[in-house]
Amino acid sequence: MTTKAYDAPLTEPNVRYNQIGRPLTRTDAVGKVTGRTPYAGDYVMPRMLHAKVVRADLASARLARLDVSKARALPGVVCVLTAAEMPDRTIATDIPGQTGRDRLKTDQQVLVRERVRYFGEPLALIAAETADIAEQARRLVEFELEPLPGVYDPEEALKPGAPIVQGTDNVVANYKIRKGDMDAGFAAADVIVENTYRTPFQEHAFLEPEVGLAWVDENDVVNIRVSTQVIEHFRAVADALGLPHNKVRVMGAMVGGGFGGKEDVTVELYLAILAQQTRRPVRLEYTREDSFVGHGKRHPFKLIYRTGATRDGRITALDVNVIADSGAYVFLSPYVLLYCAVSAPGPYRIDNLNVFARAVATNNMFTSAFRGFGGLQACAAYEQQMDEVARAIGMDRLELRRRNYLKTGDPISTGFVPPSAIWTEKCADLAWEALGEPTPSEGSIKIGRGLAAYQQSYGRLTFLHDTSEAWVGVEMDGTVTVRSGVTDIGAGQASALGQIAAEILGVTLPNVIVYNSDSQVTPLAGTTTATRALYMTGNAARLAATAVRDRLVEVAAERFGVEGDRIKLAFNKVSADDDPEKSMPFAALVKLCAARGVHRSELAIFRAPFTDGLDPETGQGQAHPDYAYGAHAVEVAVDTDTGEVRVLKCVAAHDVGQCINRAAVEGQIHGGTQNGMGYALSEEMLYREGRLITPSFSEYLMPTAMDMPRVETIILESRSGLGPFGSKGIGEPAMTPVAPAVANAIADAIGTRVFEMPMTPERIVRALEAARAAG
Amino acid sequence: MSNEKTITLRINGKAAQATVPAHRTLLEALRGLGHVEVKCGCEKGDCGACAVLIDGTAVDSCLTLAWMAEGREITTVVGLGSGEAMHPLQQAFSDLGAAQCGYCIPGMIIAADSMLRQTPDPTEEEIRIGLSGNLCRCTGYVKIFDAVGEAAAVMRDGGETK
Repeated sequence: MTTKAYDAPLTEPNVRYNQIGRPLTRTDAVGKVTGRTPYAGDYVMPRMLHAKVVRADLASARLARLDVSKARALPGVVCVLTAAEMPDRTIATDIPGQTGRDRLKTDQQVLVRERVRYFGEPLALIAAETADIAEQARRLVEFELEPLPGVYDPEEALKPGAPIVQGTDNVVANYKIRKGDMDAGFAAADVIVENTYRTPFQEHAFLEPEVGLAWVDENDVVNIRVSTQVIEHFRAVADALGLPHNKVRVMGAMVGGGFGGKEDVTVELYLAILAQQTRRPVRLEYTREDSFVGHGKRHPFKLIYRTGATRDGRITALDVNVIADSGAYVFLSPYVLLYCAVSAPGPYRIDNLNVFARAVATNNMFTSAFRGFGGLQACAAYEQQMDEVARAIGMDRLELRRRNYLKTGDPISTGFVPPSAIWTEKCADLAWEALGEPTPSEGSIKIGRGLAAYQQSYGRLTFLHDTSEAWVGVEMDGTVTVRSGVTDIGAGQASALGQIAAEILGVTLPNVIVYNSDSQVTPLAGTTTATRALYMTGNAARLAATAVRDRLVEVAAERFGVEGDRIKLAFNKVSADDDPEKSMPFAALVKLCAARGVHRSELAIFRAPFTDGLDPETGQGQAHPDYAYGAHAVEVAVDTDTGEVRVLKCVAAHDVGQCINRAAVEGQIHGGTQNGMGYALSEEMLYREGRLITPSFSEYLMPTAMDMPRVETIILESRSGLGPFGSKGIGEPAMTPVAPAVANAIADAIGTRVFEMPMTPERIVRALEAARAAG
Repeated sequence: MSNEKTITLRINGKAAQATVPAHRTLLEALRGLGHVEVKCGCEKGDCGACAVLIDGTAVDSCLTLAWMAEGREITTVVGLGSGEAMHPLQQAFSDLGAAQCGYCIPGMIIAADSMLRQTPDPTEEEIRIGLSGNLCRCTGYVKIFDAVGEAAAVMRDGGETK
């Protein structure tokens, strides 16, 4: 086994660490490539039952009859549950993880009692001796649904007399941002550009469908091993079951992709209910179709942008009106809309600003978290709008942006001044330049280029009062252990904690092990969402490792007879003044400390900034700890006969603050590009009256190996972020600017804009025909 | 069930017996025998996560009935190499950071191995075609292409890893 751990310091000017910043082999790599890493679906137990969920096949209906007697009578069926057996069961669906804030009152029925509000809403749970029997039983459940009028368009849902899905008027949330003087701003404009942009539903399409295994142990604790981004749903599950919080334990495993789709409760509640009922271990694995209809999607948005600008490229006013489809239940829509409102003007300084953003309930699939979380939908609009404004005033697209970028120290839409560097201009210019020589157009194949810059938060909303914990300890042989509840969803969240501890304690990465993702055993770290894991848990690991380091250094200083600041810990050695006489293995120092009873471990907590909410009328205040900035540039070829698009060149430039693992940062950027390209071009969820008609990977088309271009990454390190070593975060930022960059390139290629994503061949051909008809 | 039959499968060079009905897929049978390194992503042949080699050729085990694999040589990613002696593909995927969530990787490495048996010196286009039946949602395939290219070079040099 060759795990790369660099033996000597690198000398590039931008690398000053021994373990941080390098493309080290992640601690999880070897297990994954050799097939040894277990995922939640790979665990089995003796006497384990197999579960199935019975789902409604209409989106708006009354449950007139539900008869499970034939299913119950099938030999091998152990348990069939309906709402009749648990009339009071509800589950909270907002604010995953820990927060001191009061929750919204958005509890959802666990199983349909009477009213079906979306296609696929669960009617019954089955547990049987084998998966085959459970599936047979699912087919034996009889139910009658009486169709009720439904509403499938958020604008229709706002009209008087529309069917009410949630609350009294279907409005789930609304946010306002009011700043400056709009009348004066528009009066000062030479041109006013107004456009409507539409963004679609999107499926997370993680390769591992939702899966888990639950059992009740000898202490009556409900244990759940599940694929999740949020082990701290143990509280929501306990509340739903009427159990004390310390009697539900959620254990993660390596997660086969999340992207926000495993942020809400998925299978764990059904597992817990069935395990509690049957007192046997129960396994539930979603089929791909279950996964398509069983978890929330990215919110479709309609964004109306009205921009005032002078001929010399100054934006004088911006009015933004946003409507998002929240679907049938309230999950994270209020927060997604807030992210959108805060990011509505993008990385631009706009002093006269009016944003009104609403989330509206419909009988569509409920919508919730997805990489980019509202900030991405805003970017899809503001960056297309910047190109449209540039066209209207006849200015170069990058030049218009340069004249309006936020600079370090400028206030954003909410009046808050991000504490870190804003390097948007540098990123945009470098990305654009890296596209190199233009590819020539040929016949019906038109070439175009586009760029999109972005602002995306990292860390949760500051009014949620986010905290994260990690424990770091050193063993007698000089190895290091990190314990933290953080879930690893594939970006190397656990490995990054290992690198941080390795850097601070001066050991090499293979000498560190990270135990993670157990809600009752590892210190609670919060969610792996919101581009927060490195920022929050990375800082907790940094604090813990630093506390241990300080104690070790004190002992080393005394032994060598020097001041503590002359002690160096690096590559498993302790030394002072580069003096060979004053040097010993790290393990020897740990033993020395142990002999003296020095405390060789530390549990640390990191707290994000705590604030109150934004002003409800003006939207002014602090929403997030900080923001990341960067840009994405692409070159596309559009076949104007067929509408087919190929992305030829793709450059992403991001200021990540500081790479922890360079290869992992590149990987996030590559994957974000892929997610964004699919969103822009091919991923389409088709619903007919709420019924999903594209529930498989042969209908829902995400980019394959044949579709993806090479992605060039330009990684800048301002070292100004709030994360450990000045890092920011790259999970969500990697995706945010991709789709508008592609949209701008297509518009550049064909001379007209497709205002709706995905920009499928059909839509492109239609836009071309409309442009021709308009002359 | 009356339509069950006991079959012998050769998996990673070892014989294993399974008593399964006619409709049982090779994917289900392999996982039932503890070969959980074979991943289930769609059960429809859309994603390739369940790919295994049958007599050296990659197939989606979700589209193969277990009975059909009787007597054939089945290789999973575990059969290619271990942490102590990794296959050049495993080594390259590990070294270059080509695995993120890792769920597609057992199938991806199997597909790459199958392709390299046919095409030892592939162009990037040939690598893309060889992996076109395997979906990945995390990596954009970029480091995967690099890893397959590097492994191909190592294998042409006699299989020694760096």
